[in-house]
Amino acid sequence: MSKLIFEKHVPDSNPFTLPPLAIPAVKPDSIPQQFLREQKIALPEVSEVEAVRHFTELSTRAYGVDSGFYPLGSCTMKYNPKINEWAARLPGLAGLHPYQAEDTIQGALQIYYEMQEMLAEITGMDGFSLQPAAGAHGEMVGVMTIKAYHHNRQDYQRTKMMVPDSAHGTNPATANMVGFDVIEVKSNHRGLVDLDDLRAKMNDQVAGLMLTNPNTLGLFEEEIQEIAAIVHEGGGLLYYDGANLNGIIGIARPGDMGFDVLHVNLHKTFGTPHGAGGPGSGPVGVKSKLLDFLPKPVVIKKDDAYGFDYDMPLSIGKVKNFYGNFGVMVKAYVYIKALGAEGIKEICEHAVLNANYLRHQLRDDYNIPLDRLCKHEFVANSKKQADQNGISTMDIAKRLIDYGYHPPTVYFPLIVSEAIMIEPTETESKERLDDFVQAMRSIAREAAEEPELVINAPHNAAIRRVDEVTAARKPVVKWEAP
Amino acid sequence: MKYNPNPPSVVKEMLHTIGLNSLDELFSDIKAEVKVPKGLNLPEGMGEMELRRRMKDLANRNVNTEDHPCFLGAGAYDHYIPAALEQLLLRSEFYTAYTPYQPEMSQGILQSIFEYQTMICKLTGMDVSNASMYDGGSALAEACNLACTSSKGRKKVIVSDTVHPEYLDILKAYSLSGSMEVVLVPGQEGSADIDAMIQTVDDQTACAVIQQPNFYGILEDAEALEKAVHENKGMFIMAVEPVSLALLKSPAEWGADIAVGEGQPLGNSLSLGGPYLGFFAARKALMRKIPGRIVGQTSDLDGKRAYVLTLQAREQHIRREKAGSNICSNEALCALAASMYLTFVGEKGLKDIASRCHRLALYAQQQLERAGMELKYKQPYFKEFAIKVDDPAAANRKLLENGIIGGYELNDALMLAFTEKRTKEEIDQLTTVLGGK
Repeated sequence: MSKLIFEKHVPDSNPFTLPPLAIPAVKPDSIPQQFLREQKIALPEVSEVEAVRHFTELSTRAYGVDSGFYPLGSCTMKYNPKINEWAARLPGLAGLHPYQAEDTIQGALQIYYEMQEMLAEITGMDGFSLQPAAGAHGEMVGVMTIKAYHHNRQDYQRTKMMVPDSAHGTNPATANMVGFDVIEVKSNHRGLVDLDDLRAKMNDQVAGLMLTNPNTLGLFEEEIQEIAAIVHEGGGLLYYDGANLNGIIGIARPGDMGFDVLHVNLHKTFGTPHGAGGPGSGPVGVKSKLLDFLPKPVVIKKDDAYGFDYDMPLSIGKVKNFYGNFGVMVKAYVYIKALGAEGIKEICEHAVLNANYLRHQLRDDYNIPLDRLCKHEFVANSKKQADQNGISTMDIAKRLIDYGYHPPTVYFPLIVSEAIMIEPTETESKERLDDFVQAMRSIAREAAEEPELVINAPHNAAIRRVDEVTAARKPVVKWEAP
Repeated sequence: MKYNPNPPSVVKEMLHTIGLNSLDELFSDIKAEVKVPKGLNLPEGMGEMELRRRMKDLANRNVNTEDHPCFLGAGAYDHYIPAALEQLLLRSEFYTAYTPYQPEMSQGILQSIFEYQTMICKLTGMDVSNASMYDGGSALAEACNLACTSSKGRKKVIVSDTVHPEYLDILKAYSLSGSMEVVLVPGQEGSADIDAMIQTVDDQTACAVIQQPNFYGILEDAEALEKAVHENKGMFIMAVEPVSLALLKSPAEWGADIAVGEGQPLGNSLSLGGPYLGFFAARKALMRKIPGRIVGQTSDLDGKRAYVLTLQAREQHIRREKAGSNICSNEALCALAASMYLTFVGEKGLKDIASRCHRLALYAQQQLERAGMELKYKQPYFKEFAIKVDDPAAANRKLLENGIIGGYELNDALMLAFTEKRTKEEIDQLTTVLGGK
């Protein structure tokens, strides 16, 4: 059993010391008694070598993109180039205080400005805010700008937001957080937005539609222009959830499809690492009619100098201290500069090729409900295996761990039962994909012939399946001294 | 540069396997009218050596805190980051991993979050912590939102304007939801006007908010406010600075229901304002309502101790529009840096750091006063104070000419912050430049 850092406590073993200081000691009453702490903290005391070994050991029980294939649908787990990490740690970028004078951070502001411009070109929008810290945070900003836009037109009756039934959970959660009631729009038999249902639900109380394209089934919304027309004619705005931008980047632009506002995930499409759950970055792009409502400040260029523009009286304000996750932007900036226009188009082509290749190679062994040309990802399920031996999607996912793979996204989207959502990304070689196909075929065979092997998986992992019910019923969310 | 590994010959083979002749055919479902006609208007890609040159050049155009003593604070602080921490964060099993949704292959990450949660509880004295939020300001907005949405119709959020002005901007933006009505109470002489805040408290009050130390570095006496808001069945929320908690009364000792704060001082670089982390801790009664991811301890089928993301019924991917927050990605790697930081400095180290900051600030005050300058506010402070100057921008320019990154500019003062990285010599030089009229 792996010990917690608190269980490695050895009194007086921590060597941390400050340099000597030749100034007078502090007067005892410089902080009055009523402000002083009495409660113990009880942090662990550990030597440097043991602390280093502790965290190194933790890393050996983790799995990153550098460890192997990570076909996690909708998460775009592509390779994170190492030059990006180097750049973000340069003292001239990592060592900047956010309140330094503009003339002392011109290089950083140039990166910021160019990022706004490049993202606008890639997505076909008119302006960007780089402030949001993650995709869901960007969604919130986008939906806030929609609300601010309607309110600014004295239109207060649009209290509803439309979201397809295939949407990411963040879409309805975001709409609710910004104070909208959510209306769900149905998908049709082809897995796309049901236009009749959309028409029926669009009215003068609807603020807009939040849409992912390609959608969460990995399918391109072919009638996107018609969708945009229905929403716009009803007085609403169209929001683009950029989670799946990898499926169209360089080929088509949301701005040209009629989207009014969007967010992109730098930690998905633009190669910055996920960090085991952040930091991400969720820049928001808008068409000109929404520019005034973006969070402040944006970075502008005046006479060859860059600066912050706070003169935005209609701005929704701020959603994050300072200017956003600059360190993440630096990495995405290097990524876009490395690839250029051609390279960006190629990531999309290869991502889509890899997804269609896997779909083709897996279709004999797994049910694929909508088995046609997909974009960067596709959705299979465990129907065949369930019908045979009652094997669930979770069983297949856990068995993949034994084969050394991170499982795909499972049980999402909700409109496909027992979904297995596979997104290979462009940074996987054919050999990797073929090995994965072999593993999936082996599991299909095991499911038919040795179902116990799959049902009890994983067998080779650090632990077996965990008791999630007890974890939730009797939560233990911190370590307590025995 | 390219990061897709398949050469043209392999691409051709793969296309052939799936029955296509060209890459273009992969996009036959997208109408020509919405396709990019001639390719994106972006420069050509660059090789790694060119990229290095460009990034070094851009970095060199900035004045950085590694080569220049920095007296800026105001919510982001130039604390020392141990070398071991910087190395360990580059373990790519950590930084290239996704959120640990698969516990069997993510025990290391889950354990690290469990340790982080425990350390935040220890620092704040609270019962439960989440896995982190975006930053201090958005954590405060989420805390106020929680106070409102869990209080059956109460909407009033009473907050002193001595809270960080950016936190207030964020609170205002989040209140666009309609679930919060922010009542901003003007401070007096740099401190919260506790009496005025108390007079605002009523049976519609969801919460009252204090920042400790406040934006001006001053310690707020929150005792009476805590009593008043609790008597009215509202929540008491504190935004706190983590290093200060080694010396200062914890939020739990003040009676807070929710404690949030900016975690950057714990081992995260300044990085022009991000990525940082917001910490969020609360009383046990709020455990099933707090936003964000939480790791819990459980066991596997063999009874072995294990960790797993838990209480997920609160979250957006399960509850969708009924979720209390939309947050999913947080700042896991920054939180890992924070728990590494607390491990490498240890409890004594953290107390030494906090005492050193305070001691250096007192020394600076003494020296500046000897040079004829005057504090803007006289109340007790921790590591940051405002010193009166006629023209703060001019003073900062003069400091910069002397290689010093100066303070945060108020109308008639500079706010100066002191971390353990500052030396006697740097403070003496600061005094000479500022005091030498």
